[in-house]
Amino acid sequence: MSAEGPHLAVIGAGPAGLAAALAAAGRGVRVTVVDSAAAVGGQFYRQPSAGLGARRPEALHHQWRTWRRLREGLDQYIAAGRVGHLADHHVWCVERKERTPEGFTVHALLGPEQEKPAVVHADAVLLATGGYEKVLPFPGWTLPGVVTAGGAQAMLKGGLAVPGRTAVVAGTGPLLLPVATGLAAAGVTVAALVESADPKALVRRAGALAGRPDKLAEGAGYARELLRRRVRTLVRHTVVETHGTDRLAAVTVAALDAAGRVRPGTERSIPCDTLAVGHGMLPHTDLAETLGCRITGPNVHVDEEQRTDVPGVWAAGETTGIGGAALALAEGHIAGRSAAARLWGRDPDPREWAAAAKSRAALREFFAALDSVYAPPAHWTEQVTDGTVVCRCEEVTAGAVRAAVGELGAGDVRTVKLLTRAGMGWCQGRVCGPAVAGIAGCPESVARRPFARPVPLGVLAQVTDQAADQAADTEVAPDQ
Amino acid sequence: MNPLELAEAEPGPAFTVTLDGREIDALPGQTVAAALWAAGVTSWRTTRGEGRPRGIFCGIGVCFDCLVTVNDRPNQRACLVPVRPGDSIRTQEGTGHER
Ligand SMILES: Cc1cc2nc3c(=O)[nH]c(=O)nc-3n(C[C@H](O)[C@H](O)[C@H](O)COP(=O)(O)OP(=O)(O)OC[C@H]3O[C@@H](n4cnc5c(N)ncnc54)[C@H](O)[C@@H]3O)c2cc1C
Repeated sequence: MSAEGPHLAVIGAGPAGLAAALAAAGRGVRVTVVDSAAAVGGQFYRQPSAGLGARRPEALHHQWRTWRRLREGLDQYIAAGRVGHLADHHVWCVERKERTPEGFTVHALLGPEQEKPAVVHADAVLLATGGYEKVLPFPGWTLPGVVTAGGAQAMLKGGLAVPGRTAVVAGTGPLLLPVATGLAAAGVTVAALVESADPKALVRRAGALAGRPDKLAEGAGYARELLRRRVRTLVRHTVVETHGTDRLAAVTVAALDAAGRVRPGTERSIPCDTLAVGHGMLPHTDLAETLGCRITGPNVHVDEEQRTDVPGVWAAGETTGIGGAALALAEGHIAGRSAAARLWGRDPDPREWAAAAKSRAALREFFAALDSVYAPPAHWTEQVTDGTVVCRCEEVTAGAVRAAVGELGAGDVRTVKLLTRAGMGWCQGRVCGPAVAGIAGCPESVARRPFARPVPLGVLAQVTDQAADQAADTEVAPDQ
Repeated sequence: MNPLELAEAEPGPAFTVTLDGREIDALPGQTVAAALWAAGVTSWRTTRGEGRPRGIFCGIGVCFDCLVTVNDRPNQRACLVPVRPGDSIRTQEGTGHER
């Protein structure tokens, strides 16, 4: 890559990161896109792995034209040496360098094994790390065959693999629609789509929806597709439990009453070997937290220019709030332009990105409306029996969490964790965080994780040594 | 229709790997998890405490439920690790360090 001009590190190569990279590179900034996946695209534009030789990947996708535009733009900048893409780089920490106030060091681990370190130095960083799915527990949710809705989609898009023959797609939220239609298109019989909310309530929010007729049409498109594939949709229903010994054989679903409780007597069993389940999404905020960025609720806080409150750090896409791919693109574009202007020492003129800002406003309003409608059953914790595992890593049951609160007097999530080990395993509480808080009846706290990935001790030691002698600035230093 | 047909995939020639000594077919480009799913396998780990079976859950490397032992290296995330010809994949029991 040419060594001229300021250097921006973009973490995450999804819609937000790619839009940001193109916007910044277009304004003369050198960009390094760092992403843990083997190829760019993020979640929405996850591509079948190259070895699979897919000639028609668009069969698995929506908004394909936008993807082509991003991909071609990126390829041109890569060929011109203005954008670098570091695949298979799992960033575990971004550090602000002490001597130079606006300098950053991005620490990554290479490959799926995540043992060898790599380092990128940059003048500014743009966090576009997206989010992951939230799943609330229910009896039998640890049975093989139960997967997250997005996980089923990721395995389909990336690996062209499906988990079984007959699936139930369940939970709540707009993601269930593409997952159900995607599985059906790939030959899986989708026995039912079970949604705990009643999307008809959206009609009452007509104002917010009118701003994005394209998004409404997208929803209608999925609805038609479900009808065409004869997928039965059960609204205001929930999965009560699963059945099977070593592998899923069936689920019991039931209707919900107006208060969000299971209506006794409405339970019925649906045979299936796959349950794809999700209850919404959560932003990845670890890197922002370590940098000391302000977090509001679950989201990285940003201003109109997508700047965090830490100088030199921008954020865009779902790390700043869940809102889908189109919003991620708009935010990424604005962030990239703002970063470019400021890296060249100029105050940006927001009129330059007026169209993206308009899109961003309408989409944020649209997703706020969706958010007010899609919700897990209000009384979901009542369905979680004492024997149900809540923390999948440490195998902590709901009964143990309740005992920590009831008998041992834990009054916050941190104490529950210390008493039960819930959230102290491999995933660092990413999966069970909302569940433990809900079952304990405590407010969800922002989890302070030292690192975004588990880091081998040898790598940590090496980083500490480097800090001591301020190693020379190299673009990428994958040694060891 | 299966997913490979849907995307009109023309992968390179299939190769063989083993799961607990049993031969299964895999395709270039698949992750260990995708190859196991394609072979009809949905669990390849038992938990440390209760010895319960686990497989894919989040599918994107966040949850660590799909840990597996590949070529004697335990704790590999099957959803991230590419499968390679001749891989010896073993069901991981507990931490994967005791046998
Ligand atoms: C599993 C899953 C499947 C989904 N499928 C769909 C779908 O089919 N349709 C739909 O409309 N929406 C889907 N979504 C919603 C999706 O999140 C948004 O549509 C959109 O992709 C958000 O764009 P983004 O750029 O903000 O983040 P993402 O697209 O999530 O991109 C973030 C990128 O950052 C990378 N990253 C994160 N942390 C690190 C790190 N520490 N180091 C290095 N790289 C990192 C990730 O690998 C990823 O490539 C899915 C979400 C998930 C979690």
